Amino acid sequence: MSAISLFFVDVLQLGVVICLSPALVGWVRMLKCWSQGRTSAGLMQPYRDLSKLFAKNIMMAENTSWIFRSMPYIVFGVVVLIGGIVPILTIDLPMSPVADVIVIVALFAIARFFTALAGMDIGTAFGGMGSSREMMIAALAEPAMLMSIFTISLSAKSTSLSQIVHVIYSGQTVLKPSIIFALLAFIMITLAETGRIPVDNPSTHLELTMIHEAMILEYSGRHLALIEWASMMKLFIYSTIGIALFFPWGIAPVNSIPNLAAAFLFMVCKLAVISAGIVLIETGLAKMRLFRLTEYLGAAFLLATLGMLSYFILD
Amino acid sequence: MNIASEIIGFLAALVLLTAFGMLAQKRIYSLISLFAWQGLFLSLNTALVGYVSERHHLYLSSLLTLSLKVFLLPYILHVLIRRLKIAKEVESIVNIPATMLIGIALVIFSYHLTAPVRELSTLMTRSTLAVALATVMLGLLMMITRKHAVSQIIGFLAMENGLFFAATSATYGMPLVVELGVALDILIAAFIFGMFFFQISKTFDSLNVEHMARLKEED
Repeated sequence: MSAISLFFVDVLQLGVVICLSPALVGWVRMLKCWSQGRTSAGLMQPYRDLSKLFAKNIMMAENTSWIFRSMPYIVFGVVVLIGGIVPILTIDLPMSPVADVIVIVALFAIARFFTALAGMDIGTAFGGMGSSREMMIAALAEPAMLMSIFTISLSAKSTSLSQIVHVIYSGQTVLKPSIIFALLAFIMITLAETGRIPVDNPSTHLELTMIHEAMILEYSGRHLALIEWASMMKLFIYSTIGIALFFPWGIAPVNSIPNLAAAFLFMVCKLAVISAGIVLIETGLAKMRLFRLTEYLGAAFLLATLGMLSYFILD
Repeated sequence: MNIASEIIGFLAALVLLTAFGMLAQKRIYSLISLFAWQGLFLSLNTALVGYVSERHHLYLSSLLTLSLKVFLLPYILHVLIRRLKIAKEVESIVNIPATMLIGIALVIFSYHLTAPVRELSTLMTRSTLAVALATVMLGLLMMITRKHAVSQIIGFLAMENGLFFAATSATYGMPLVVELGVALDILIAAFIFGMFFFQISKTFDSLNVEHMARLKEED
């Protein structure tokens, strides 16, 4: 496989991540509307929102610093970079040797760090409140996330996502308790990290309960569009990391056009199923009190640790 | 054979998970149903071990576990709670995450403790012995950290579950006579606990055993 075609594979995957993530969010919203008996705004509504925001002017407070102005670009850039590393369509990605899962978690931490800084930069009460809550969740969710990933990488003997997918393809993993524990922990943490319902509500503004929305309350225009787009891509990427770690079947082992097309179809089907799961969770649960989050994330950490222990004890 | 051992490992993991769930659960009814689930996983595990090792008396002890720990004891506890009108009581436990961390440490400790046995044993179920010991210790931890008499009893019964599990995984089960005796003991114990509950709640108007620290007459 020549270098140019590898380059095209990565460009193709980045295109998929960037262009399809609003559709995933639109699909989740559509399912949610249907499950609650409402009329949905359609699959294209997130695209329309984004293009409206891009057309609008930017309003900025007088005392903002460069952190506030550069945050949307940093966050968007970091998330796009992660989109190039995760094996979404193919294992043989040119960028995947660059970084393993630990680096991906750290990259997400950079995005979160700058979001929290920007929330505090403008000096409003809501921004600071959102930042402090976000950092609390991050401090609790990150160890659990790493623990869950370590459990998988123990059986794969590698922390590189492509390598993990490769090992899962070659071995037979039927009913390993460690992997099921890690999967449960991963689902709980994904809900926390992408700001879905038991932790944060993605569709409310101006409530005392908001976390992510509180930090970006002062943004407008193309800045807001970039941040919204980045958070849509974050949901997309977390889902695809979950697919790569737990259900990788369908990702192209070798780059060729039929393989990539099949991988694309598999990815669309899996994402549709995952969104149905998210909608079931969001419709069935109420948002949790902020002070109960320690118990929720503690349970996720416990599950991940039990997964790791049962790898040593039972596998 | 390989699939059976994987399912046994999976059921052992579920037993461990329910043990942790009981440690975290505040509501008494949910605690009882978690205990019933643990009994169900245990009985399935015993039946499967019996099938794989071709020890057919294990089927009988599996049935005994099923009827006693999944149906009878939870039923008795439900009736007791309804009679004593304590269903609404939600227990305040000190700091669940800290208890969980102690629990994880106990699992690691019991894994370390059973390592020599694992080296020597040739049984298929040798790896679940660590889980069984951990279940005993988690039941003990529950008895220590809880203040409510009913949850202490459930901790005790969970310990017994762990012992039963340990017997199954270390030696493919105790002789049937011993198991019948233990089952009878548990049943008698449940009745005696019931009487104790009535007495405690009559004397102190609550099942919180902290009240029993002040047994001395006031001066």
